[in-house]
Amino acid sequence: MQIFTQPNFNFIRWRWHAIALSLAVIGAGLFFMWSQGGMPLGIDFKGGSIIILKFEKAVHEDDVRAALEKMPGEKVVQQYGAASAREILVRLPQTIQTEEGGLLDRDVKAATAALQQSNLGAFEVIGTEVVGPVIGAQLQRKGLLATLFSILGITVYIAFRFRPSFAVGAIVATFHDILVTLAFLAFFGYDLSLNVVAAILTITGYSVNDTIVIFDRVRENFRSMRRDSLEHIVNTSVNQTLGRTIITAGATLLSVLALYVFGGEVLKGFAFTMIVGIISGTYSTVFIAAAIAIILSRQREQARVPASPAADAPAGGARKPKNGKSRAS
Amino acid sequence: MDKNLRWRAAAILAVVAISVWGFYPPQKKVRLGLDLQGGVHLVLRVQTDDALRLDTETTMEQLREAVEAKGLTNVTFAGVDPTRFKADGVPQGQDAAFREAAAEVETRFNRESGTGGSYTFVMKPNMVVQLREDAVEQALQTIERRVNELGVAEPIVARTGAAGDQIMVQLPGVANPQRAKDIIRSTALLELKLVEDGPAGTKEQLLQTRGGVMPGNMDVVPGVSDTGAPGDRTETVYYMVRKVAVVTGRDLRNAKPSLDETNRPAVSFSLNTDGARKFGKATGENIGRRLAIILDGRVQSAPVIEGRIFDEGRISGTFTQQEVQDLSLILRSGALPASLTYLEERTVGPSLGADSIRSGVTAALGGLLLVVLFLLLYYKLSGVNAIASMIINLVVLLAMMSYLDATMTLPGIAGFILTIGMGVDSNVLIFERIKEELAAQKGVKQAIAAGFDRVFLTILDTHVASLIAAAFLFQFGTGPIRGFATTLSIGLLSNVFTSVFVSRTLFELVLSRRRAATLSI
Repeated sequence: MQIFTQPNFNFIRWRWHAIALSLAVIGAGLFFMWSQGGMPLGIDFKGGSIIILKFEKAVHEDDVRAALEKMPGEKVVQQYGAASAREILVRLPQTIQTEEGGLLDRDVKAATAALQQSNLGAFEVIGTEVVGPVIGAQLQRKGLLATLFSILGITVYIAFRFRPSFAVGAIVATFHDILVTLAFLAFFGYDLSLNVVAAILTITGYSVNDTIVIFDRVRENFRSMRRDSLEHIVNTSVNQTLGRTIITAGATLLSVLALYVFGGEVLKGFAFTMIVGIISGTYSTVFIAAAIAIILSRQREQARVPASPAADAPAGGARKPKNGKSRAS
Repeated sequence: MDKNLRWRAAAILAVVAISVWGFYPPQKKVRLGLDLQGGVHLVLRVQTDDALRLDTETTMEQLREAVEAKGLTNVTFAGVDPTRFKADGVPQGQDAAFREAAAEVETRFNRESGTGGSYTFVMKPNMVVQLREDAVEQALQTIERRVNELGVAEPIVARTGAAGDQIMVQLPGVANPQRAKDIIRSTALLELKLVEDGPAGTKEQLLQTRGGVMPGNMDVVPGVSDTGAPGDRTETVYYMVRKVAVVTGRDLRNAKPSLDETNRPAVSFSLNTDGARKFGKATGENIGRRLAIILDGRVQSAPVIEGRIFDEGRISGTFTQQEVQDLSLILRSGALPASLTYLEERTVGPSLGADSIRSGVTAALGGLLLVVLFLLLYYKLSGVNAIASMIINLVVLLAMMSYLDATMTLPGIAGFILTIGMGVDSNVLIFERIKEELAAQKGVKQAIAAGFDRVFLTILDTHVASLIAAAFLFQFGTGPIRGFATTLSIGLLSNVFTSVFVSRTLFELVLSRRRAATLSI
């Protein structure tokens, strides 16, 4: 079975449309975040409390919200898991400025007390999470460092294994995917939590994978298709790897979809991030990475004009992988 | 079958056997994180300033005594901040005597001269570092003792945080998180001090007889009225006590729950030799006076000393049975050198953990099933090969988790599922290349060999790129995220082995038995 036999789509013709579309999505996402006062942060980073309650009889979210009316700040009350589980998640904002003694769980205690006094029936607290300002700031810093170091590490590796301009291309595609994912997280109202950051870092790895594979093929084709135009070579490379790109994305998407559907509430944000990231990663591999390959190669070609055409084997001649094997999918 | 191939097949079988033996049965051999088995995760900060302040105050009192012994009675002392105290009013003529008295203090504090016979003593920087370090280390040991006494299986108590003043406590399967939290945090500073005056209703009443001025060697301490019901802490009275304690928690040898003469729950304690000597002397000299039993700055009871006591005592008050048990536990484990502040608390009830396991396993099996169907549909018989290498990958991953004693968390299960996706990715890379080689009219064996050879470096590059991300995730991540990074990293490593080595060997094994003209791919 073959999804594409001899695919020959003209991706390159659409590259400016693709770049415009990406910029539009990213721009809309950034604007949306800005209008909300920044990327919504979960309690891991912003601090605050989460209480998960299991009620004896079914309750409505609005009733729980009403019972907590006196609690200060913006609260989130939502169903947790399936309706039949009768579980409710309550999120309370950070109200303490500095941690003191056993003060941290003050809001959890107050909320639990308020619910006990309401007429919502018996309930059990099955989980709580309280993050104070110190840990929130600490996790924020760690999350940021992990992301930056990962991107830096991957950039250095690609620059070392391939060539610096490839690294630039891969990183542009990676940033594209991160920004698109953040935009969709904002559109769908997901908070940035530790799990989501982990998913974003995983996406970073994936996105780079895809880009490496395409760039590899471009390099290989530079050798065999020297008379063709740059656009044609890149377009052919994208088409040749299209089968692999779609199948891999499809299969990974299948496993992440299972995670989204069956993985439970805790992993919803993680799975959603992965889904958007994989789709965006595939899209950017086909459209954005290819466009960047052209832009970067053009610059290289221009720089090369004075040299004699026979003396330079484009892409790879001088920097062929050490064992001489061509590398592609 | 050629010899080389036979060896490779044997090696794969051996790896599978060792792996299955390594993680079977998984319930026993794979360690579950708190998010899956339920429990409490706490991060506390040791307020190391407390330890500094205590040392500064003790030193100040030492100096006061030394100075008074030299006959300088008009010098006043006051603490400035945790590492600083001030001495004022040293008469000009007796400056030399003061300095002589201060000589011993100066091994640990720097003396700075001010104007008009005033001196500021500042703790030396290396002392500050040392005391902070000691305080955190002591707090860690005390918490460990308390957690062990709580009877929690496999607790984790460890230092964290960039500044090194944070302690992480993980208590798997604790039923009553609030009690655990209270026990861990109790400073449990026990002090027995002689009562000079009281009890009285207000502080002012105690000061009235002394003209409203607090004597330098005295303290006013609030306490609980002795008359309430068990657990009742509402009515407050005040005692004026001597600043210097007769004995403290450090002099304790043991503490256990008991009853007082009116059958109320109480805590009996015994003192070590050093404590017994001090206690015997003080009680013998002060028969008929009250002795305040002060816990964390509150008088629990202030019984009248009826005779000379050496090494036994009892703390009674309005305690409940549970409080008495917890108090003895805390006293046995020793006082904390500094107070603790909770920075982070996460509790997962056992039912929530069980739910997570169920949904995680369902998601993993669902993902596996979808991918298996996809591979069979798309790659037909070669798909079986991919499935076999994917399953071997998961088996190796599970085994490595249990050999490395790594913790499986819910995000770790997500890493498991991603490993399935990655396994597919590698196989797709290889299979698509084989298809291309077949299309280029190569024989089946050559096509397979070329497919694996050409893709190997790509697989290596993509895996290293992902490993870099996973490594930083592990470095900066905490708890569940670390679990994710661990599973992902091990999965990546074993995937290189299974997709390149195992899958290829399987292909060659099948092909060694027949001369294939076509390949089901």
